[in-house]
Amino acid sequence: MEEYREEELVLPADPMVLNMGPSHPAMHGTVRCVLRLDGEQVVDCDVQIGYLHRGFEKECEAGTWTQVFPYTDRLNYASPLLNNIGYALAVEKLLGITVPPRCQYLRVILGEVARICDHCVCNAAMAMELGAFTVFLYLVKAREWLFELLEEVTGARVTHSFCRIGGLRHDLPEGFDERLRAALQKTLAAVEDSEKLLLRNRVFMDRTMDVGAISPERALAYGWTGPCLRSTGVAYDVRKIHPYLVYDQFDFDIPVGSRGDNYDRFVVRLEEIRQSARIIDQALRRLPDGPIAVPDDLGVILPDKLQTYTTIERTIQHFKIVTEGIQVPAGEVYSYTEAANGELGFYIVSTGGGRPHKCRVRPPCFANLQALPELVRGRLLPDIIPTFGSINMIGGECDR
Amino acid sequence: MNAFFVWMTVAKIVAFVLFILTGGALMVWVERRLSAMMQDRVGPHRANLGRFRLWGLIHILADGLKMMVKEDFIPRRADRLLHALAPILAFFPVVVTFAVVPFGPTLDFAHLGAVNHEGPLFSGPWATTLQVATIDVGLLFVLAIAGTGVVGAVLAGAASDNRFSLLGSLRAASQMISYEVTLGASLVGCILVFGTLRIEQMVLWQHQHVWGILVQPLAFLLFLVAGIAESKRVPFDLPEGESEIVAGYFLEYSGMKFAMFFLGELMEIVVLAILLTVFFLGGWDVPFLFADGLHVDLPFLDTWVWNWPHGVVVLVQLLGFTVKVGAMVFLQMALRWTLPRFRYDQLMDLGWKVLLPLSLGNIAVTAVVLAALR
Repeated sequence: MEEYREEELVLPADPMVLNMGPSHPAMHGTVRCVLRLDGEQVVDCDVQIGYLHRGFEKECEAGTWTQVFPYTDRLNYASPLLNNIGYALAVEKLLGITVPPRCQYLRVILGEVARICDHCVCNAAMAMELGAFTVFLYLVKAREWLFELLEEVTGARVTHSFCRIGGLRHDLPEGFDERLRAALQKTLAAVEDSEKLLLRNRVFMDRTMDVGAISPERALAYGWTGPCLRSTGVAYDVRKIHPYLVYDQFDFDIPVGSRGDNYDRFVVRLEEIRQSARIIDQALRRLPDGPIAVPDDLGVILPDKLQTYTTIERTIQHFKIVTEGIQVPAGEVYSYTEAANGELGFYIVSTGGGRPHKCRVRPPCFANLQALPELVRGRLLPDIIPTFGSINMIGGECDR
Repeated sequence: MNAFFVWMTVAKIVAFVLFILTGGALMVWVERRLSAMMQDRVGPHRANLGRFRLWGLIHILADGLKMMVKEDFIPRRADRLLHALAPILAFFPVVVTFAVVPFGPTLDFAHLGAVNHEGPLFSGPWATTLQVATIDVGLLFVLAIAGTGVVGAVLAGAASDNRFSLLGSLRAASQMISYEVTLGASLVGCILVFGTLRIEQMVLWQHQHVWGILVQPLAFLLFLVAGIAESKRVPFDLPEGESEIVAGYFLEYSGMKFAMFFLGELMEIVVLAILLTVFFLGGWDVPFLFADGLHVDLPFLDTWVWNWPHGVVVLVQLLGFTVKVGAMVFLQMALRWTLPRFRYDQLMDLGWKVLLPLSLGNIAVTAVVLAALR
């Protein structure tokens, strides 16, 4: 009998190259993964971003400081208010002004509502991509209740543009806090329903546990922040570590995971929904009265309409702010907040005058997405889907 | 073979084909409305004929019309013959399985109004079984036909010239072949207990003794799981797994060809429900109802008999059959809208390491118990 070497008995086979995206149901139409597959096993994964690049940073330089707000809505379009707040805080830091307490509380409340929406959508999408379509609808329905409230406050469902430098556009409508409490109660019930359907579900556990796991060291090396980092066990939350607005006055926990896998990321997000609800509850109870914007004298906020029409000083001030923009002193500043995906940083440079000289965004999911090839290499093709879903890459924010 | 037999067979075939086609279309509606109910939505209800909406039933007509007028797209480098053949091969086995299923006992047109004392299965000049084909190897026929279902899926993926389709058909092939083993093995216990391969005799045994689910509970579960895997629905919908491989093996199909895959899959739900009913839930058997009427025979109570005409008995039994099939359809739909999807390796582990040993163990235990009882 002839002797054969082991490799001669194996039929020659090349890895199959598979283009996943940008038009693929799980890739949101905004990212492409070029996969090299051995059967179903991922030999290599090349993540190509940039399909939603709009030149955000360059466009900011063309308008006034205030005109940047609509662009920030389109960064993380699952939670636009958090981007609004992040940008407003950055410019206010450069201006050296602090908004009145009521405005700070309102920003916290609305920001946390946006965070709940974002986490609901992320977990919903992940569940749907695993085939659990009912959970998707439960969580998206919860987001819908909150979106209706946000629409009531801001006048828009997604692109709120609600913050202003030095304040907010409007105060809350009458009876808002009762409606918000009721909606939150329903949301938490929906969250509980989805937990019951998934968290102890053998199929779901097998699909997500130890899939896409990463060590805290690697996660930090990649620059991970937000729920993804916390799922590895690192309790880093900008709201706690470097408090801004009035976050230091609230009692809330930072949920952390232990394995840094898809299951932990899912659970951390669900738990953060509860913590956000806690913050909102405390903030609603302590909500102080008072103005929602800095005084008109500072020349930052558009002056009162009645005064604008009746006094010449305010008319000129209004005209100047609209045409020339807010006068921001020369300087540069980096301001960072805890957005839904992690640390959202704005590095802005002013050379004095009404327009930003440079507005650079530090998007959290850009850093998070870097790790995707490492997370899925050697795993099976279907593992890409929940891993990509739990990283929560938002094209608008990642590509800018 | 007389003229009555021939005409009855033709009539039955026509009736069954119509039943299957409308049943498949009805499944679309059931699936949509049921999932809407489970997910706290309204579901489709807008399509109308003038003032009539019929709870969304008109959507079936609208869908059918849409499917027929849609462009039949064939990829440029696809194999045109196999691409066209695949949906037919996928659709065919589903329809054919219905041929050997007994929907009810024997129906005698000459004695519809009289009380039947002969028992549920008998022959006569005007008697006909409510089954298209009564064949000796009924159960083997079902398994053989079910085995050919994979051909359509594999051909569709291979002929489409699309890598997602190819992955889908590879998954379909390995999944269906793996679960067919369990599908067959789980029924061996039933064959041992019922002592026959003829499906109408299996139902008769259950009519005379107890329902199959009581003597073969494990086989029922195994058959249910393997059957759902065969019909390629969540949690076993890997061959089409829309979020992973877009639509799997029928990704490159549109119009009526797509509709054949789609309807075929929905009709497989009905087929599985019917097979579960026939093998495990007593088929057309209705508790306490015998060929000559109701016999209520409870312990500590006098036996109470109420004779019914033959036609009424058969009608009630047909109704009982339908209710059971409906319950099994509901069970499958509820599962489909509750569970997430398996991964390929987990699916194989479940099939070969859990279900197959269990089904083999079930055969051994059944055989030993039967030998001990003899």
